[in-house]
Amino acid sequence: MLKIPRKIVNAIIEQGKREAPLEACGYLAGEDGVISKHYEMTNVDASEEHFSLDPKEQFAAVKGSRSEGLDILAVYHSHPASPARPSNEDIKLAYDPNIVYVIVSLQEENNAVRAFNIKKGIAKEMTVNVKG
Amino acid sequence: MKVKVNGNDQALDKSEVSVAELLAINSVEMPDMVSVQLNGEFVKKENYVNTYLNEADEIDFLYFMGGGRRSA
Repeated sequence: MLKIPRKIVNAIIEQGKREAPLEACGYLAGEDGVISKHYEMTNVDASEEHFSLDPKEQFAAVKGSRSEGLDILAVYHSHPASPARPSNEDIKLAYDPNIVYVIVSLQEENNAVRAFNIKKGIAKEMTVNVKG
Repeated sequence: MKVKVNGNDQALDKSEVSVAELLAINSVEMPDMVSVQLNGEFVKKENYVNTYLNEADEIDFLYFMGGGRRSA
């Protein structure tokens, strides 16, 4: 289970709307499955259909969260015009077996937020508990 | 030799360990898909094999993060 405060969910939805039609992305940090901070990142692809994080920003976020005693637990991105499900490309490019992949849909009603473990090409949805 | 990997202390059995070997030790199956910083400086992928670690080095690696509806 991944617990995400409502204010962070709202923030990443707002980021998604702000950056639409491009895909928006970022990291979620916390401890023991509980998210307490988000890092908005640049989609260096600047694409409506694809995203890639900037390695410089990735390292800055990882080291910044580490200095606060937090771990990067998840990476998120928006699907401006499709459901909150991992695409074939999302699954193909999910190289990190230890991170949770969060997808926010701007198309679905109530801007659905779903989380997935993706390992060896298999995506398994996990429970997202939005609190607060 | 002791180094710090992703913020955690790690003891290495050998005195000479390359970045490529360290990634293998840490079960990175696709080293081409990770970025590496050694003491805060990026290491080019083509140099993973011939870049060796020193005592107390700080090495960080992270995976490429991307996705989308089409191929990049």
